[in-house]
Amino acid sequence: MIKTKINFKLNGEEKIIYVDPLKRLIDILRDDFKLTGTKEGCGEGECGACSVLINNKLVNSCLVTSSLIEGKEIITIEGYSKTEKFNILKNSFEETGSVQCGFCTPGMILASEYLLSNNSHPKEEEIREALEGNLCRCTGYNAIVDAVMKASITGDGLW
Amino acid sequence: MDNISIPVRRIDFDEKIAGKAKYTQDLHFEHMLYAKTLRSEFPCAKINSIEIPEIPKGYFIVDSKDIPHKNIVPIVYDDQPFFAEDKVNYVGEPILLVVGPDKTIILNILKNIKVNYTVLKPILNIKESEKLNKICAEYEITKGDFDSAVKNYSYIVEDEFNTGYQEHIYLETQSMIGHYDGDCVTVYGSMQCPYFIHNSLKQALNYSDDAIRVVQLPTGGAFGGKEEYPSLIGVHAALASIKAKKPVQLVFDRQEDIICSTKRHPSIINIKSYINDENIIVAREINIKIDAGAYAGLSNVVLQRIAFASSGAYNIPNLKIHAVAFFTNNIVTGAFRGFGGCQAIFAIEMHMENIANKLNMDSLELKNKYFLKKGDSSSTSGLFNYDIKLNQIAERIEQMSLYNKKREKFKENTEKLQGIGISIIMHGCGFTGNGEKSVIHTKARLKKNKDNTIEIYTAAAEMGQGVLTTLRKIVATTLDIPIENIKINYPDTLICPDSGPTVASRTIMIVGKLLKDIAEEMKKRWAEEEFEIIKEYKYPQNLSWDNDNLKGNANPEYSWGANAVEVEIDPITYESTIKGIWAVYDIGNAIDERIAKGQIEGGIIQGLGYGKLEVLQVKDGFIQQCNLTNYIIPSSTDFPKIESELISNPFDEGPFGARGMGELTIVGAAPAYALAVQNALNKKISRIPVTQEYIMELMNDKN
Ligand code: FES
Ligand code: FES
Repeated sequence: MIKTKINFKLNGEEKIIYVDPLKRLIDILRDDFKLTGTKEGCGEGECGACSVLINNKLVNSCLVTSSLIEGKEIITIEGYSKTEKFNILKNSFEETGSVQCGFCTPGMILASEYLLSNNSHPKEEEIREALEGNLCRCTGYNAIVDAVMKASITGDGLW
Repeated sequence: MDNISIPVRRIDFDEKIAGKAKYTQDLHFEHMLYAKTLRSEFPCAKINSIEIPEIPKGYFIVDSKDIPHKNIVPIVYDDQPFFAEDKVNYVGEPILLVVGPDKTIILNILKNIKVNYTVLKPILNIKESEKLNKICAEYEITKGDFDSAVKNYSYIVEDEFNTGYQEHIYLETQSMIGHYDGDCVTVYGSMQCPYFIHNSLKQALNYSDDAIRVVQLPTGGAFGGKEEYPSLIGVHAALASIKAKKPVQLVFDRQEDIICSTKRHPSIINIKSYINDENIIVAREINIKIDAGAYAGLSNVVLQRIAFASSGAYNIPNLKIHAVAFFTNNIVTGAFRGFGGCQAIFAIEMHMENIANKLNMDSLELKNKYFLKKGDSSSTSGLFNYDIKLNQIAERIEQMSLYNKKREKFKENTEKLQGIGISIIMHGCGFTGNGEKSVIHTKARLKKNKDNTIEIYTAAAEMGQGVLTTLRKIVATTLDIPIENIKINYPDTLICPDSGPTVASRTIMIVGKLLKDIAEEMKKRWAEEEFEIIKEYKYPQNLSWDNDNLKGNANPEYSWGANAVEVEIDPITYESTIKGIWAVYDIGNAIDERIAKGQIEGGIIQGLGYGKLEVLQVKDGFIQQCNLTNYIIPSSTDFPKIESELISNPFDEGPFGARGMGELTIVGAAPAYALAVQNALNKKISRIPVTQEYIMELMNDKN
């Protein structure tokens, strides 16, 4: 198999890997780097459980092949969970009861970050729209919508 | 801790929020192999031969010949094999596994295996099955004196309803790891019922109890879909690891999961109410038919639940209920949150509204006249022993949703198509009949350590519903010690006694009650340094059940509620938009208000998915919507906020007054929505889901 050399930044660290150019980013993260906070819920871009940030954009990592990450900066839940913003979201997710089975949660957190970084004080409809690509079968979404709203208030000035 | 209902931090919160919780797909044992399943391509076919290509070293084929003991999944009836042998009975039935280190090579091997079939004529639906008399289960329930009662009626209101399949779409697909160490086989995985898998392993392997171990891992949702189905694949993973002598991981992809895991039963429910000249419902006749699919699974129990709930939360003195589950060559149907309640409550709530319309009466007023009360008897003639507050529930839902006012207003306003609907809900908690006594012998263990910490051991599975937190809370509150001093973990059959499956809205009411009793005994012996107590649940004395005649208390207890939904329909696009959702429930007392709210909101949205969005059709035995692109579940933009309330009605037999709630929250949403659409359009709804296409069909039908 032909392997290509790829340089990228993962959670703030420079990485060089040699991989099949068609290998999915989700597999690189989970298999090669053992970053299993990125979940596979569908493998077809429909559920958002595999959400990561690439150059600060929210992306389904199951739809991205390794060749597309050359030179990019990737943030997964493992990296993001070390930030102050994460702590704000963590507290608001806790207060509203936004975590049940937890399988959608890392993706939801990164989707929330992506929204808040572009719109630090979103309205309810804007939150709903921003989370539309992230499915949750347990919570019915209301708690999560409230959590993002809360975070935007308690984290005022951070985003 | 004083008031138990005050929310606490979930014990699993920190690891889940940071992505640290290790689900089955995240766990990697050294030398672990992967498995992929070869499945039937036909709904009904004879397997003549299987041609297997040369397999590279380190790869294995695992099939029925690798089962040392019985090739039958122990569920209720002995009819479903772990691996098909000479015949397949549905599309997706497992035939064999390919096991090895490289996923691409596994797929390649699978592609090159050739199964030679003789295709047989499948049974494709209930109608065809009925003609051939392929009955899976059949029940007849009578209450009062139906035959005499129907002599004095002046007219009949009759309706027939159809409900569709529903797929669970737990976000984490079915996943298992088998791990054999030469003496003991351990199955790790995503599951609701560790001891179901334990029993299945025993049946397949005939190993002694201590050579079998089942460990639940963090589970990404279940909703009934991980009740009986994991028994099948837990055995697959175990057989693979025994053969390969290495750990083997079996994780479904989404399409595979949708194609071959169980679904909610489609149903046809016909209800006839006999009404006398004083406009009183004197008797009711109900006929229920469900599609069991290719194997019996839990269909007989689901069927019983539909039958028991089919007259709803109403006291009708004379009943005749006939219920049949039919075998077909469709996907095997099974447990799904609501477990028959969703179909039953949808049908009866629509029917009650149709009666009210016929009588020119408001439906809430009509329902009110028949609300079950303490001292009434159920459809199975069992006495309701405890307070039922349906009046209060109905009053509250009316106030919250402004139902009466809106119904008037919407009728007058002809410019907009608006409607509001209310459903009245009941759901049995605990095993059907006297299963809590005759089928499961719920055991739990508490251990006190020298440092005054407590360890809880039960088989209750955490699948998101918060059970590790609520059980911990029950014990902490009973012992009146800080919750941090209570240790609890995901169940492991090696150390946890069998407290029954995590199903049927039973865990808090049964396992929680047992833990409370044990904790109370522990409290009395607190001076002792270190000790443990194992106890078995005591079935309440005031319950009785005759399983042959289906008479008595069909469930140990019930929970109650009401939902209201308001819609507006766009007459050009036929799109219905939900404008408001209200809910009131009586769950006795909440063990944790925030967790209860999570159940309410998740259950209602899943129920609205069932009633509005989730279309799953089977054509010629093949599921038509096999991925999340075409099987549509609710997203964050589909539904507005829910306004919900709990009514306090502590239940003496439950821990801290609690009754069951997990399923109650799903059963009322679809009928409340369907009624709202029916009222908006002034056209009878006779099936769910009520999709945009169905609304178009109704609006274009000029009758
Ligand atoms: S796994 Fe990538 S979107 Fe579902
Ligand atoms: S918490 Fe289970 S899918 Fe969101």
